[in-house]
Amino acid sequence: MIKAIEYFIEILRGSVITARHFFVNMFFHILKVMGIKTKRKGAVTIQYPEEKKELASRHRSLHRLMKRENGKPRCVACMLCVTACPSECIYVEAAEDPDLEIQKYPAKFIIDLSRCCFCGFCVEACPEDAIRMDTDQIELAQYSREDLLYDLDKLIG
Amino acid sequence: MIEILIVFIKIIFALIWLLTLTLYLTWVERKESAVIQDRIGANRASILGIRIIGLFQPFADAIKMIFKEDFTPSFSKKFLHDLAPFLSFFFVAITISAIPFGDFISIGGKTINLLILDINVGLLFVLAMLSLGIYGILIAGWSSNNKFTLIGGLRGAAQLISYEVALGLSLIGLIMVYPSLNLSQIVHFQGELLFGVVPKWGIFLQPLGFMIFFFAALAETKRVPFDLPEGESEIIGFFTEYGGLKWGLFMMTDFMEVIIVSCLLTTLFFGGWQVPWLATDGFHFPWGGEWLLSHWVVVLFQVAAFNIKVFFFSWLQVLIRWTYPRFRYDQLMDMGWKLLIPLSLVNIVGTGILMSI
Repeated sequence: MIKAIEYFIEILRGSVITARHFFVNMFFHILKVMGIKTKRKGAVTIQYPEEKKELASRHRSLHRLMKRENGKPRCVACMLCVTACPSECIYVEAAEDPDLEIQKYPAKFIIDLSRCCFCGFCVEACPEDAIRMDTDQIELAQYSREDLLYDLDKLIG
Repeated sequence: MIEILIVFIKIIFALIWLLTLTLYLTWVERKESAVIQDRIGANRASILGIRIIGLFQPFADAIKMIFKEDFTPSFSKKFLHDLAPFLSFFFVAITISAIPFGDFISIGGKTINLLILDINVGLLFVLAMLSLGIYGILIAGWSSNNKFTLIGGLRGAAQLISYEVALGLSLIGLIMVYPSLNLSQIVHFQGELLFGVVPKWGIFLQPLGFMIFFFAALAETKRVPFDLPEGESEIIGFFTEYGGLKWGLFMMTDFMEVIIVSCLLTTLFFGGWQVPWLATDGFHFPWGGEWLLSHWVVVLFQVAAFNIKVFFFSWLQVLIRWTYPRFRYDQLMDMGWKLLIPLSLVNIVGTGILMSI
């Protein structure tokens, strides 16, 4: 019997907790509607497309290929990123560069974002610091798979 | 002729009231649950870019459900499968006809009661219709010819027999106190004063009866602490094979039952349209003051009081739905048979003893 009463009290306490949340949050919502600014908000929601959270500086977003001073890609087509990639989403076709210092450059450099898992291994593998993932572009959805094949023109930036 | 017209207008008004409240209870449910959980809730539905805190959401939901495919699986029993949601909806919607919204209005010497069906067995009528509503669930579960829907229907039936007895018994004490089954008479009785101060509401005369009725009525609505027929997380329940507007009817029935239960709680235990100390000609305070009001203001007060009480209980039920986890199958049976029924018998005996003194 005493157990049952204890349970009953706990049940009531549960509804008191939800009611407290309701009234406290409603209080702050009403303050906001009345135009009074408070430090605490009624809800923790971020209204996404209008309001965006700042990305962390180490966040891995869309790739970009770095440029040399003359505007050509810094990439030397060493294929290390292709080897490191666990999703096998990078395709590089090398071509010969007349400059003996460079020797090779990528004629094609395609990243298939529909396969990419954004692990960042290509960035770590690159000996020339030619690929980085710091564009802060995270809205990459497209209507067709072909649009997700990012080639040299799209990646260089 | 004019009588028929008046009844017709009353039916239309009551249905509009009920359906609007049902639609907006879905909005209240979304918003209230969001506020409880520190969220904002649905606020994107807009007409021409205007979104008033998501008030268009119910219409968006309704339009979505109307345009979905009206699907009947090939292995179901077609006629019963189509009939079930309408049964479920009809028996709940019809109960609004016995609920008094206010006392009466007089236009041009004519007295119009603010309820559709002023019958002497009003309370029995409401209880009977509410328990017939379970047939929609049983038929839906059986005719879909799917084992999960069948389990859902059976669980609905098991739940019905465990709360329905307590639901009926808890009201016997009330009928003993207000010797009538007519709902408008019961509300009239509640206008009297206890010790000259407190209004004679059911909650003051029948606190135990109120508790039992409230628990049983929560089970009646088949929402979360007692959602055995649905069991959203494990068996999807009796409406697994339904889609589109037929599923929408089941959903609306759920919300409508919340409203009807709120109406019943208000009418039986919280004085219906009675405002404390408000008579037909104005307020008569027990400490001697008077505030005389015209007829229309009194009617306005009464209807507003009824609405506010109904809103409060709808709010409370949504709060309960978002607070508690589901009762297990055997726990509900235990509560129904071993707790609520003995308590309601104690309530009947106690009421009898108190009345005979």
